[in-house]
Amino acid sequence: MEKTINITLKIWRQRGPKEKGAFKEYALNDISTDSSFLEMLDILNEQLINKGEEPVVFDHDCREGICGMCSLYINGHPHGPDEDVTTCQLHMRRFNDGDVITIEPWRSAGFPVIRDLMVDRGAFDKIIQAGGYVSVNTGGVPDANAIPIPKADADEAMDSASCIGCGACVAACKNGSAMLFVSAKVSQLALLPQGRVEAASRAKAMLAKMDELGFGNCTNTGACEAECPKSVSISNIARLNREYIKAKLKD
Amino acid sequence: MWLLNSSIGKKVVMSVTGLFLILFLTFHMSMNLVAIFSAEGYNMICEFLGANWYALVGTAVIAGGAALHILYAFWLTYINRRARGNNRYAVVSKPKTVEWASQNMLVLGIIIVLGLCMHMWDFWAKMQLNELTGLFPDVNPHDGYALIVEKFSSPIATVCYLIWFVAIWFHLTHGFWSALHTLGWNNKTWLARWKCIANIFTTVICLGFAVVAIYFGFIA
Repeated sequence: MEKTINITLKIWRQRGPKEKGAFKEYALNDISTDSSFLEMLDILNEQLINKGEEPVVFDHDCREGICGMCSLYINGHPHGPDEDVTTCQLHMRRFNDGDVITIEPWRSAGFPVIRDLMVDRGAFDKIIQAGGYVSVNTGGVPDANAIPIPKADADEAMDSASCIGCGACVAACKNGSAMLFVSAKVSQLALLPQGRVEAASRAKAMLAKMDELGFGNCTNTGACEAECPKSVSISNIARLNREYIKAKLKD
Repeated sequence: MWLLNSSIGKKVVMSVTGLFLILFLTFHMSMNLVAIFSAEGYNMICEFLGANWYALVGTAVIAGGAALHILYAFWLTYINRRARGNNRYAVVSKPKTVEWASQNMLVLGIIIVLGLCMHMWDFWAKMQLNELTGLFPDVNPHDGYALIVEKFSSPIATVCYLIWFVAIWFHLTHGFWSALHTLGWNNKTWLARWKCIANIFTTVICLGFAVVAIYFGFIA
């Protein structure tokens, strides 16, 4: 049976990167608890457009939790109060009638606000460009079973590779550190023989880029892991530290 | 130099100095325990260390380690606050798995430094410094036992020291495993193990210190 709730939204409105932002309140009635969080925002935007107001700008794309495009800091949690889901997978059944829902953009010097709830996560692309790839010339396509890889390593690499690069780790971190993202990207390649070849230079290049872009220093609070929609483990951070320290000691 | 320029390098300095200070605390606590069993034994240790050259070198190394740890702490915190940006979140909710201590290491550190100042004035100034400079001519720098008895005869001092130990406990429960994590000596299995070892080791150290304070403050 469908249930509807009335809610109040406190949304961060900011016209541009340089302008000062502020919270604005919106009352929203008769929202189905079956609707997703982003559908609820779509309804709000439709109402705003019909009233001739500016709609709320927010990032979204696949709406099935794999593209890493949606963000939103909802009631003090990146991707909202649910665990292990992205904002697009969050549903209004998680909220009660009369709730006040505070929606903020990711707040970090590395992710400047473009407008309202949309932030520029281009910094992550720059970090990937610095070394998050394999450039080994393998010649022709080798047989899939030509390089034996232990199941445990393959699983671990896949877990690291589940990072969708949404930036929730940076948003959750009190230090604005991107270590969970960078370590997941370093790990998924360092764990496999094909990626091993460039492991040392990759760790150095990606970390240098991360530092250069103004992200903070990890203090191992574990907030990133707790808020990560893909449950990427902070053991990846230990691996990145290990790879980096080993690489530097060899220099 | 990567220990100055890179984020991991700076944290390696924090980790190594932190682990070194934990090692120092372990020795310090062990020596304190002697005071409960034997006044002569404790004073023998005080005389053996005193202002001998090896004790002075040791003190200098420990002071250097502590200074590095504190300097880097402020430096890293400054960078981290800048990285957080100018706008703070309006609503903040701490995930259940995040330890309180891990988010308040600087505050705990500042409390520890304040306690350290108190402690240096109470004991170090009247022992090693006194032996070197003769700052307190009426205090025997080798009679550490008398200093302990006198200091902890005041319940306020005892309570201050106990509060200090609690701050150290919180600081170390996070600092211990975090240091090993930063040095890369961790994985999914050892994460829980190191946290458990950190809790036990820290509790033993802090209990060791607290026992001496409580013994001389309320029992002896």
